[in-house]
Amino acid sequence: MKFVDEFRDPTAIAQTAQEIRRLADPRRHYRLMEVCGGHTHAIYRFGLKDLLPENVELVHGPGCPVCVLPMGRIDDALAIAADPNVIFTAFGDMMRVPGAHGSPLEHKARGMDVRIVYSPADALKTAQNNPGKHVLFFAIGFETTAPSTALTLLRAREKGVRNFSVFSNHVTIIPAIRAILDSPDMRIDAFLGPGHVSTVIGCRPYTWIAQNERKPIAVSGFEPLDLLQSIVMVLRQLNTGRAEVENQYQRVVPWEGNRTALRAMSQVFELRPYFEWRGLGFISQSALRIRSEFAAWDTESRFAVPGVRVTDPKAAQCGEVLKGVLKPSQCKLFGRECTPEHPIGALMVSSEGSCAAYFNYEYRKQAEPAGMGV
Amino acid sequence: MCLAIPGQILEVIPGPPLLAVVDVTGVRRKVDLGLLEEENPAPGDWVLIHVGFAMSKISEQGAREQMQMLRMLGEDEAAMQEINGYGNTP
Repeated sequence: MKFVDEFRDPTAIAQTAQEIRRLADPRRHYRLMEVCGGHTHAIYRFGLKDLLPENVELVHGPGCPVCVLPMGRIDDALAIAADPNVIFTAFGDMMRVPGAHGSPLEHKARGMDVRIVYSPADALKTAQNNPGKHVLFFAIGFETTAPSTALTLLRAREKGVRNFSVFSNHVTIIPAIRAILDSPDMRIDAFLGPGHVSTVIGCRPYTWIAQNERKPIAVSGFEPLDLLQSIVMVLRQLNTGRAEVENQYQRVVPWEGNRTALRAMSQVFELRPYFEWRGLGFISQSALRIRSEFAAWDTESRFAVPGVRVTDPKAAQCGEVLKGVLKPSQCKLFGRECTPEHPIGALMVSSEGSCAAYFNYEYRKQAEPAGMGV
Repeated sequence: MCLAIPGQILEVIPGPPLLAVVDVTGVRRKVDLGLLEEENPAPGDWVLIHVGFAMSKISEQGAREQMQMLRMLGEDEAAMQEINGYGNTP
């Protein structure tokens, strides 16, 4: 409860938490999955678990793009960038993610031309500024970043920039939810839907979860009160046997999404038949590849991709944690070999990864002497 | 990358590409408005920005809440680093 005082509207928080306790039927156990890594981060940071009754359990979902990327994809891109004529560009989030032979930053230290960009548009500009080199943009993210990559590729074609390509690792959220529902060791009662992904895709794509899988879903904002209200929404549905899509985050998420963004994505990308997700395995039609009309800007068409497959260290249990079967602290490496300073698994790299969030807000708190908490 | 950063449009630069100068807590940077074209973005509007592209219009109150949220998550420095990084082509 220690963070309650700094929340906006602490009275509403207390009342909503009270409502959750009232709704939680003591004869039931509720497993609710927050799909988005931003939600996972917020839940740990605000200590929301402390506000929930024992039988309302939050399970952390696959919505952290850095965390679900198979290590081999980094190795593939770094193998292409070993050519001194290639400049490797990526968002800062990717730079510390370990490949089999080190992270992009470690490759930079060994002499590779590795540059951080904050926007795909800047990767394109880097190509225009370096006409003698080829600029590879390592694209990553769900539907929050895929439209920006798409628009950048449309611009590259318009401007005729030929020394630029995108190595697409864009993934889509709906098939991942479907894979989780299909997994035999998962039992999820309801979902808290991602907030910012939904500004792009809207709420309609979730209707199959409600209608076909009979699971309630509430698209949620990121504030403590948002998350608690979304929990109230799905508990009410579960208690009354309903399964619907509700939009708690109406102040930001339009039901129809962003049509311009969806159009740009469908112009440039098509679904891959299948794509590997770290921890979840191969999921059909779950990722975006570049359409053949844009092959000239597709790294995978222009270069020979080694197709590296790297299995995670045996002792690391990222998959089980990613699926919510194990808690981060139940992994054998957690807090010992694997820490945010020296991550072994990707869940420890990103602040939105459940292991890093757990380490920063739960584990460190326990490890520190009283009175020095975060 | 996953951060949604709130900013206010100060000036729209007609395209193509359609761009805007936005203000994020006093820092001014150019962002891309190409994904908001149908929303007729105008000076004074508040937007959420992802990786250099404005993705949705929000209210002023929503923008304040989002910035406060980033502060509470300890992500405000990373957000400002991202904003400061727009337009840098190292």
